[in-house]
Amino acid sequence: MSDVAFFGAVEIGLVYALVALGVYLSFRVLDFPDLTVDGSFPLGAAVAATWIVSGGNPWLGSLAAMLAGAGAGLVTALLNVRFRILHLLASILTMIALFSINLRVMGRPNVAILMQDTVLTPFYGLGLPDHIVRPLAVGVVALVAVALLAWFLTSEFGLAMRATGVNARMARAQGVETDGHVYFGIALSNALVALAGALFAQTNGFADVTTGIGTIVVGLAAVIVGETLVPLRGLAGALLGCVIGSILYRLAVQLALSADVVGLEAADLNLVTAVLVAVALILPRSRLRVAKVAK
Amino acid sequence: MWKRQAILAAMIGVALSTPVLAQTKTVAITAIVEHPALDATRDGVIDALKAAGYTPGENLKIEYQSAQGNPATAAQIARQFVGARPDVIVPISTPSAQAVVAATRDIPVVFTAVTDPVSAQLVRSMDKPGANVTGISDMAPVGEHVALIQEIVPSAKRLGVVFNPGEPNSVAMVNVLKEEAGKRGMTVVNAAANKSADVQTAARSLVGKADAIYVPLDNTVVSALEGLLAVGAQAKLPVFSADTDSVVRGTVASLGFDYRQLGRQTGEVVVRVLKGEKAGDIPVALARGTDLFINPKAAAAMGVTIPDAVAKRATKTVGQ
Repeated sequence: MSDVAFFGAVEIGLVYALVALGVYLSFRVLDFPDLTVDGSFPLGAAVAATWIVSGGNPWLGSLAAMLAGAGAGLVTALLNVRFRILHLLASILTMIALFSINLRVMGRPNVAILMQDTVLTPFYGLGLPDHIVRPLAVGVVALVAVALLAWFLTSEFGLAMRATGVNARMARAQGVETDGHVYFGIALSNALVALAGALFAQTNGFADVTTGIGTIVVGLAAVIVGETLVPLRGLAGALLGCVIGSILYRLAVQLALSADVVGLEAADLNLVTAVLVAVALILPRSRLRVAKVAK
Repeated sequence: MWKRQAILAAMIGVALSTPVLAQTKTVAITAIVEHPALDATRDGVIDALKAAGYTPGENLKIEYQSAQGNPATAAQIARQFVGARPDVIVPISTPSAQAVVAATRDIPVVFTAVTDPVSAQLVRSMDKPGANVTGISDMAPVGEHVALIQEIVPSAKRLGVVFNPGEPNSVAMVNVLKEEAGKRGMTVVNAAANKSADVQTAARSLVGKADAIYVPLDNTVVSALEGLLAVGAQAKLPVFSADTDSVVRGTVASLGFDYRQLGRQTGEVVVRVLKGEKAGDIPVALARGTDLFINPKAAAAMGVTIPDAVAKRATKTVGQ
């Protein structure tokens, strides 16, 4: 595995770490299986790319992407909370609607920003090679997101949100306004995912309507790989686990891409990735079981 | 001890049996997804490399990866290829090409099966791509279409075009058409049709203002082709199309290409880069038209005869 490939995998892992944090917030904190992310990731990419192509400031474009993502999350929450549509279906409805909206936002299926200034442009001139600058910059964003989330989830409001996810009836009995927390949590989750989309567009030079395919799978895999393999305790540990899990997932893809030496073909990529992730999840447990049996 | 020696001997044996070739070139090919057209393009690239004397396994190493439909994987494949430093990277399709171009500024890139490389920001212009990037666009060979129309209807000076301004691909194609027709001394007359029901009206508006009608790759117009053909037959206005399938439905002629051929054309550019030319100095080319479809019956109905020279070149004559 070359340097460029390794840091490339880390960089894409860090971009998807924001997706993992968003998914952690919806699936784990709020216990709300939210598939909106397959639409809000490309929405973030579309909004940021369109903003930048029309001459806007890339930082504001990324902020606009987050707001758009939050809006998408609010729609899902509204369908669920206000109109009592099952959370899974509510999020699927938003997700499929977002495909059309993304096409509308961009006006075409693919918007290129290869020649425009992005939030990364100021950092390219600092003397480090591009393949190091990108993961560093995205890593800073991911760590800031972890810090802010850790702070938020231990605040009084954040604790009430966690209570909502654990036991909504009990939380209501304690005077927590649970509906408001669902709205806010799902909006925040999708804002993070849309930010990931905006960063993906800016680090790779394009937004494409198909970018969203499988986002939820990658995000969920990152969360679970992090929970299983990262031995950190507590909330901050879980959030860092999401980041590390996302990087590990990308390294698994990288290994699968390099697997042609053992006679595997390009067509086997997804299978090899799945097997690698499964092995990574099973190994630590089986070792435990062996230890137990030995006793 | 014996075991270690045996392993050592085996390793030396492997090292000796692998022929060391000073001139082995590496070409890394990636596509966004497995798809008949994209796979054919890849095979075409390899055909052309073989024809130029590069044999996979001897003096050529081919690496191929498919992103299996996932742009994030496409980005990761781009980094993987850039890290491996091949002699040329060949991305097939727009997102794969964008991911590769974003990942390298020095490794030569020859993209293919990209319809509009300028608006995809892969190159600054078709004629002078600059930097490390060139390639082949799979837009229909519009220039060759204009030449074909002139060959069949030598008196044509005004070319009518019916298209939907809401379809970005047709707008891009009509812009190319204006340029290509201008080069060959023709003017283009626009007739807009926003929906299928407007196509016939738009075609009628061209009667008396155009000497021939051209149908671009426009879903709206192609879906309502029969109405347009009726106008052509009534007003003796020959109708030509950008796609060969429409010839079967009743346009006079068209020139198309298949993706294996597109791949071969791409492979020829890859060979030029392998031989030392700078990618950025090679203009981006449109796919060469190789499949000539003609429809003599439709031509007769619209008041033209197809010259023998054209009929001889035809790869398919409708009605035979």
